Amino acid sequence: MTLHIVKKEYIRSETPSLSHVKDSSTRVQNGSVTMKNQEVVGFNGDEAVAYAVKQSDVNVIAAYPITPQTIIVERLSEYVADGDIDSEFVCVESEHSALSACIGASLTGARVFTATASQGLALMHEVLYATSGLRCPIVMAVVNRALSAPINIHNDRSDMMGSRDCGWVQIYAENSQEVYDWIIQAFRISEHQNIQLPIAVNLDGFVISHSMENVYVLPNKDVKKFLPPRKTRYKIDPTHPISFGGLFLQDYYYELKRQQEEALRQTSKILDQVGKEYYKISGREYGSLEVCGMEDADVAILCMGSTAGTVRSVLRKLRADGKKVGLIKLWLYRPFPIDELFSVIENLKALVVMDMALSFGAPFGALCSDVASILQIKKKDLKIFNVIYGLGGRDITPSEIEDIFNDALEIAKTGIVKDYVKFVGVRE
Amino acid sequence: MSIKTTSYYRDRYVRHLPTSFCTGCGNGMILNSFVRAVDELGVDLEKILSVSGIGCSAWIPSPHFNSDTLHVTHGRAIPFATGAKIFNNELTTVVFTGDGDGAGIGGNHLIHAARRNIDITTILVNNFSYAMTGGQVAPTTLLGLKTLTSPYGNLERPFDLCKLMQAAGATYVARWTTYHIRELRRSIMAALKNKGFSFVEVLSQCPIQQRRLFNLRPSDQLDMSSQILEMFKESTYIRHMPREENYFYIVPKGELSLSRRKVSNILSENSVEYKIGEVDRLFFGRILKVECRNIESFKKSLNLVKRFAKIGKVLRSRSGKIGLGVFVSKSSKEFTDSMREISAFEKGVEV
Ligand SMILES: Cc1ncc(C[n+]2csc(CCOP(=O)(O)OP(=O)(O)O)c2C)c(N)n1
Ligand SMILES: [Mg+2]
Repeated sequence: MTLHIVKKEYIRSETPSLSHVKDSSTRVQNGSVTMKNQEVVGFNGDEAVAYAVKQSDVNVIAAYPITPQTIIVERLSEYVADGDIDSEFVCVESEHSALSACIGASLTGARVFTATASQGLALMHEVLYATSGLRCPIVMAVVNRALSAPINIHNDRSDMMGSRDCGWVQIYAENSQEVYDWIIQAFRISEHQNIQLPIAVNLDGFVISHSMENVYVLPNKDVKKFLPPRKTRYKIDPTHPISFGGLFLQDYYYELKRQQEEALRQTSKILDQVGKEYYKISGREYGSLEVCGMEDADVAILCMGSTAGTVRSVLRKLRADGKKVGLIKLWLYRPFPIDELFSVIENLKALVVMDMALSFGAPFGALCSDVASILQIKKKDLKIFNVIYGLGGRDITPSEIEDIFNDALEIAKTGIVKDYVKFVGVRE
Repeated sequence: MSIKTTSYYRDRYVRHLPTSFCTGCGNGMILNSFVRAVDELGVDLEKILSVSGIGCSAWIPSPHFNSDTLHVTHGRAIPFATGAKIFNNELTTVVFTGDGDGAGIGGNHLIHAARRNIDITTILVNNFSYAMTGGQVAPTTLLGLKTLTSPYGNLERPFDLCKLMQAAGATYVARWTTYHIRELRRSIMAALKNKGFSFVEVLSQCPIQQRRLFNLRPSDQLDMSSQILEMFKESTYIRHMPREENYFYIVPKGELSLSRRKVSNILSENSVEYKIGEVDRLFFGRILKVECRNIESFKKSLNLVKRFAKIGKVLRSRSGKIGLGVFVSKSSKEFTDSMREISAFEKGVEV
């Protein structure tokens, strides 16, 4: 099996780097072919979500406002009001009702979107499981924000990490461009006949959701072609009555959950297929993970979301100093891209996994626990340590990342890990 | 009784200033009324617990009011307060909530607490929207109003919260606005004294969101906040007061100034003594108010006005207004007392 790994150069090219394409020759070629049709728009992450949803011809949107997700909902209601999209838009009385309404709509065959953050996602918790259990291909933008108490509105990923076992496909985007690209792809992936599962596209609160960036947007007709109207075999339809959500006890519940797991695991394959098609129309390449400098790296940082941008810029600096450092950015967190990850860490001596959420009392943060458990199977000798950072919106600085890389280089040299979990950026 | 200074109240009752409220917000006025009500009743500060959820109104007690405060999740203040009250029924338990917090996401708790008649005083600040998150549509937003999430006009009818509370079994129910600040203080006192579930709704101004919400035209005499207070006064009536007969409202059709000129001309031609002015009204926007000492003379010319001034509608003094006052005030068995009676009975203790 050939694995699909997206590589990004760490040497800055002269032509502006617009896309995650393999090498500079295809980039130039793409610059003349596909990029020409695309318009550059100034969008923050929330607006990028709304625009992508608008182009995806969504039938039903149900949502409840919460900072920092509000802009998504407001833009969408404007699009509806202006007649730019032909969607039913309902502002319900809570997130619990929002996702419940989404399930109802999805079961009737509609393409459905919602968005939330933090407490809203926590309130949806029981409905998250209903969504995946009923195999509803709903796409949701989760604008990651810390959880109460104490009250905090800023970025960390405790919200999604707290619901990571809910059976949803979970994707983390690095910037507004990725947010836009992932939302469009997410509908294709989730509605795939073999998948039929909900997808959460995560974007870091404020850092992405409220930061204006250049975003290349596809022409409407390209998105329409890429994303035809939803087709589903099973739906609520009075002419062919079906029961949804029945009682499954010791007899069949287990089989159903096993099937659900199988569908979820297939997602990475479908995601790669969809990514290839998307590359053709956009010139931007996606997959389960993206690497930078991993060909010859001794040490690497594995992270998700906006943090990758900071890590990449530090990496460039250290590479210029001749230090062999690398970056693994996970796009796909669930299902966990096990094989893809193995394929890029073969020659690595030390790996740092960065968690922007605490798993209270666990050996590591959630992401690091996953990585550590699979290393046990195939690569026991790789030294690993976990960095917890950014809780409640605490910024992670380039100099902190540089220190982390240097710690890892030291470990690669000595083979000794002193602290398996480091809390970076906290006053102690 | 000696006159108490502002610093008297501030020093005793407020521990954190300045408040985080925007200039002109109604929440400061509500905090003020609450402080004065507590002072006048002489409630022991040690025995007050204020609970609030999420929203601007939640900041009225937390962290400003100088007693125990508990700031919890969105919509859930009442269940948190219920827990505290059940274990410690000596507490004067007060919930501060917003229209979104208390009647939207937490609406279920509101009706059940009322049904149970648990001794909690709920002060609900109704600013007709989710103000903190940027003015989105709420279950109290009036029909047709445009918000960020209802740019085509709100399609849903708002709750009449006092009716809802009355039906659910609350034993004290009142509604005031921030214009009626003395009445509000008296109602908060009565609510605190009532042994049972008390509900006080306060229609309040949010100069940040309501300008767009109510489509208000800024005036050169009043700041936005005072303008909204005037609108509250003009859009409400006090239920037990006699109906005022000496004025009417005229809803214009088309240009307001044109209607105003036409109405004035007709009234003058018929030698009616009148005063005409422009007022903001909830539901109607900016309309004309005509006051006449001799209202009979106006009524006579009304047909002419209707025929020739091309106006929309004539409203009598109370029509289309929101009723204020005390809707329910009764005594009925309180929940935590009943609980204690049962456990005392089980133990064979007389109460
Ligand atoms: C579960 C959950 N959903 C959404 C939010 C976001 N949120 C914070 S305040 C608020 C609205 C508050 O409106 P209201 O209760 O009317 O209070 P106001 O700010 O108008 O006083 C919302 C939706 C949240 N904190 N928690
Ligand atoms: Mg409100």
